[in-house]
Amino acid sequence: MTSAQETGGDVRLTGISKTYGSFTAVHPLDLTVPQGSFFALLGASGCGKTTTLRMIAGLEEPSSGTVHLGDQDVTSLPPYKRPVNTVFQSYALFPHLDIFENVAFGLRRRGIKSVKGQVGEMLDLVQLGEQARKKPHQLSGGQQQRVAVARALINHPKVLLLDEPLGALDLKLRRQMQLELKRIQTEVGITFVHVTHDQEEAMTMADTVAVMNGGRVEQLGAPADLYENPRTTFVANFLGTSNFIEAEVAATSGDDLVVKAGDCKLTLPAARCTGPTATGGKVLVGVRPEKISLAHADDAGRIPEGRNRITGRIADSSFIGVSTQYVVHSPVCPSFEVYAQNIERDGRLTPGTEVVLHWNPAHTFALDAAQDIEAGASKVEEDASA
Amino acid sequence: MAFVRRLRRHLVVIAGLLTLAYLLLPNIVVTVFSFNKPKGRFNYSWQEFSTDAWKDPCGVADMCGSLSLSLQIAAWATIGATVLGTMIAFALVRYRFRARGAVNSLIFLPMAMPEVVMAASLLTLFLNMGAQLGFWTVLIAHIMFCLSFVVTAVKARVMSMDPRLEQAAQDLYAGPVQTFLRVTLPIAAPGIAAGALLAFALSFDDFIITNFNAGSTVTFPMFVWGSAQRGTPVQINVIGTAMFLVAVLLVLAGMLIGKRRNKQAK
Repeated sequence: MTSAQETGGDVRLTGISKTYGSFTAVHPLDLTVPQGSFFALLGASGCGKTTTLRMIAGLEEPSSGTVHLGDQDVTSLPPYKRPVNTVFQSYALFPHLDIFENVAFGLRRRGIKSVKGQVGEMLDLVQLGEQARKKPHQLSGGQQQRVAVARALINHPKVLLLDEPLGALDLKLRRQMQLELKRIQTEVGITFVHVTHDQEEAMTMADTVAVMNGGRVEQLGAPADLYENPRTTFVANFLGTSNFIEAEVAATSGDDLVVKAGDCKLTLPAARCTGPTATGGKVLVGVRPEKISLAHADDAGRIPEGRNRITGRIADSSFIGVSTQYVVHSPVCPSFEVYAQNIERDGRLTPGTEVVLHWNPAHTFALDAAQDIEAGASKVEEDASA
Repeated sequence: MAFVRRLRRHLVVIAGLLTLAYLLLPNIVVTVFSFNKPKGRFNYSWQEFSTDAWKDPCGVADMCGSLSLSLQIAAWATIGATVLGTMIAFALVRYRFRARGAVNSLIFLPMAMPEVVMAASLLTLFLNMGAQLGFWTVLIAHIMFCLSFVVTAVKARVMSMDPRLEQAAQDLYAGPVQTFLRVTLPIAAPGIAAGALLAFALSFDDFIITNFNAGSTVTFPMFVWGSAQRGTPVQINVIGTAMFLVAVLLVLAGMLIGKRRNKQAK
């Protein structure tokens, strides 16, 4: 096997699907992962992301479709003949072998005799040179995780697959490993395909994120693009928090769209509406909580012209250090979330206060109203119980 | 008061020591009486110290022959039961086949059945088939009753094994054979070893089933039983003590190796 740079190529999935009996885990799916990129499959548990990953690895046989690595069709190849390696969830380190032999496993199976130099280098890369003769159970979770990465990377695979690799680590270590993995990826230049249910993890590490839901890719794009321009309520809710207002298109003025929600008129760029744009079309107007400013009702006159505004009453506020999170009751939206930076806090903004919410119309987007407002929003409880 | 307090603190240790004594007392008696010089044919009362029996352990007619036969049967029964039992255990854990549930419970039946009943039915079976009783009928019977124990021991181990380990091996370029030899087998090894040891011990000292199905063949337990009616040679105690010592030494060696391995790892 030669190094990734010479033999690389894109990962191409064409019409790939997986069904178990009458249950469809992955609907026919086309996906291309460019060579050398850090690609994340993001979704709640049971959305088909791990199944997709396992089909690339060869551990799961697709019900239809093909898997290509570069020019090679690997669909019918067993996992041990694919130039692909996996970092498993909970690592799957061999408990009867020491760290050195775990890392050397892939090299030895391919008949490479002198493994010592390579294994040493690899262990140094993940800062575990001292631990070579320990057994996996004698290492901490973070160290085991690094062994799993070293064990896969030493084979110079065309693609490294990571199945929730950080799921078992605590928050602080997870942050550290996110940066560490990103550093390693940049250093070795191998294509990484990363499966996770943690939107923050996906956005921190990946160049491209594919959000999966119910066995389908809902949206694919760069993290910032997905966050700013979600095309479905699921993506909007799963990546961070969104406020939605049910509205009706009232008019078009230049590049802007004017919509009516109850008594208030809101403006947004027409290009940011993926729903109907004709007058009378029903849309969901969305705005992210951190884009909104909060003003006391007495100061309403001081809000600059041209901003979208909504009136409401503060129902709840919680101080979380860097920001204060408000929940505002408004006639057009029962619980509007607003995150305000803690600069120049207005002491009058306590629960019960009448306020005006206002924001730049450019930060508004609109989706087709014919979908579930709550889709993807329940992931918070799921994360907490995981 | 101080005495009571001390007693209370060490109660668990005292109970443990007493239980240990209870377990080991028979072994001590066997060992002590292997140095006896009995008057008459029975080795039941202490006369005087002597090492005669230790100097001539095979001095009793036919005893060492029966011992060697027993060791051979135990060795072959262990191999047979371990190989078959391991395969059954893997099949039961890994594959979903029809009647899997039935096999799962039927495998326990030989353990639950009274040995005498099984011995008599086996004899009936052998006689009806016209089989000649001897080494082979004993070996077949031993493999049969050792199987359930091996299956139980190996199954527990295989069930607790993470299937992702084998997937990881495949992912790291190990084909099916390599995966089995390098990952599956080593991880299942403690279970297989436990099953094999159990099979050896059960086969070596089985008396009831062997007695029914041995014909004119005499194994070591049968020899001891036979001689107990006519007089017990001291050599029986010598063999018993020697086996006990071998077992203790094996356990100690195992512990030492385990300790050294752990130390190396640290």
